[in-house]
Amino acid sequence: MATLEIHDLHVSAETDTGPTEILRGVDLTVKQGETHAIMGPNGSGKSTLAYSLAGHPKYTVTGGTVTLDGEDVLEMSVDERARAGLFLAMQYPVEVPGVSVSNFLRTAATAIRGEAPKLRTWVKEVKEAMERLSIDPAFAERNVNEGFSGGEKKRHEILQLELLRPKMAVLDETDSGLDVDALRVVSEGVNRVRETGEVGTLLITHYTRILRYIKPDHVHVFTKGRIVESGGPELADKLEEEGYEQYVKGGTIA
Amino acid sequence: MAQSIPAGSTAAGGVAVAAESTVATRMSAPPSFDVADFPVPHGREEEWRFTPLERLRGLHDGSAEASGGMKAEISAPDGVTVETVGRDDARLGRAGKPVDRVAAQAYSAFEKATVVTVPAEAVLDEAIRVGLHGEGGVSYGHTVFELGAFAEAVVVIDHTGDAVRAANVEFVLGDGAKLTVVSVQDWADTAVHCSQHNALVGRDATFKSVVVTFGGDVVRLHPRVTYAGPGGEAELYGLYFTDNGQHQEHRLLVDHDAPNCRSNVAYKGALQGQDAHAVWIGDVLIRKDAEGTDSYELNRNLVLTDGARVDSVPNLEIETGEIAGAGHASATGRFEDEQLFYLMARGIPADDARRLVVRGFFAELVQQIGLPDLQERLLAKIDEELEASVA
Repeated sequence: MATLEIHDLHVSAETDTGPTEILRGVDLTVKQGETHAIMGPNGSGKSTLAYSLAGHPKYTVTGGTVTLDGEDVLEMSVDERARAGLFLAMQYPVEVPGVSVSNFLRTAATAIRGEAPKLRTWVKEVKEAMERLSIDPAFAERNVNEGFSGGEKKRHEILQLELLRPKMAVLDETDSGLDVDALRVVSEGVNRVRETGEVGTLLITHYTRILRYIKPDHVHVFTKGRIVESGGPELADKLEEEGYEQYVKGGTIA
Repeated sequence: MAQSIPAGSTAAGGVAVAAESTVATRMSAPPSFDVADFPVPHGREEEWRFTPLERLRGLHDGSAEASGGMKAEISAPDGVTVETVGRDDARLGRAGKPVDRVAAQAYSAFEKATVVTVPAEAVLDEAIRVGLHGEGGVSYGHTVFELGAFAEAVVVIDHTGDAVRAANVEFVLGDGAKLTVVSVQDWADTAVHCSQHNALVGRDATFKSVVVTFGGDVVRLHPRVTYAGPGGEAELYGLYFTDNGQHQEHRLLVDHDAPNCRSNVAYKGALQGQDAHAVWIGDVLIRKDAEGTDSYELNRNLVLTDGARVDSVPNLEIETGEIAGAGHASATGRFEDEQLFYLMARGIPADDARRLVVRGFFAELVQQIGLPDLQERLLAKIDEELEASVA
């Protein structure tokens, strides 16, 4: 069973005033089939956690370990992490001009699966996945994320999640900027992947709204670069009522 | 591509409104057919300041004696006339005068010119193909392509081999004619090539130019468009891939002097390697009588490695307020790390991701060209360049 283990993770980023520590000792274990929600206010370092796990060059790991099934994730390049089974659904997916969605998806699937998917079954697979996410078929010929609406970008991320079938999915504020209908469609996509029982999910969010659609097994409150409280789904209800105030006395980090 | 980090670029564009045209005043001499009207450039002149004169092999100072060595082949479908004519033929020099000393040198030095004529209303279903293969040596050329009214043709000019070449190429479009010209500079790494392309676009005629520069030591081209009447349309596309030590320079001019004409310029280049140098000058003039003009020019450069340099200078001069639109854009960026990260985060290895992005960068332009055969050939050629280098 796949397990992601994060132990005492410290991460800093280069800022105008020199390197600033953003993650200050994160401990978290996510097992295949589990869903963990990480909730925290703006500036708490949630997204830094997501990007650090994926290996974004902007962030420097200064301490701690991250392993996936015992393998050292921090030693891997960005593409190796993805091929090892780590997936990051991004809050702000990047435009790639001139590269069509269909070309991109097939190139990614080929890389992840280690061989090019058979064309006929692949076309069917993509078509069905797109239908489930209510994505217009014409979408496949558009350039990756170029001119996509906020909702289209997020659906495109979840389309990749469904097609690439990772062991661990990190969803970075997938709910932000979505209207209720889009949120429902996207959540259903995430739930389909979760129901396979083959993926561990780390759901990073600012709001409790998405937790009405995606039920977490564990909820963690994240402030000032670390987890300050963990509990079951009831912790989300408490946050819904009381907000983050009690956790952020003394202010958030910049 | 989003606005990105400048990388060794100058993009000092300007919009001059109702001022004296700097396009004319910054040239060291007015256009002329006679090489003696141009002083030998020393390199600090506006039109020469980016060009390595010492690598022009004497094309600029009169020391390059014609020695031949250019194998020329022309194939044209039935109905097209191909003639070899003397210097005094009245059909030469109608689309525009040489604007610099090298073009004037070419005009003063060629012995025979080629005139290719497509009769009025002939619609060719096959391209006119010109192959120029250099076998070393210096040559000067002059070629005229003339389309009668409502004729339609595609011309493909391929430059290969090693050569020191200066030439003028004219395109004279009759009323309502449609001409697409593809000029591919696929020279050996030692070649030097300076050419001026003058298009005279007739009333309601459509001119499309596709300039593709991959090879050569120094390539310096002047694609220029003027309009003989209202309603003309010009699309100028360009694509270059500048490697290690290469100098590739494209200096464009669209001279709007007739009303209700359109022009669209889009050039894209990728650079890699030490001392790869690309220059793009985009001049658009909209003169007082050119009411209803619709014009846009764009230059994008993707710098793949350190050590490459781009000079990109868009310039728009407008003498009338009664236009439909005019704009320009120039951006030179490094390969975008965020794109690379996004693709790699989907398991795609760095080299493949880089190839995908560069291919995409060009594909966007290639898609606009609208000639399926050529599109495939260009994308294959880009893949070849990428295979050879990016990895």
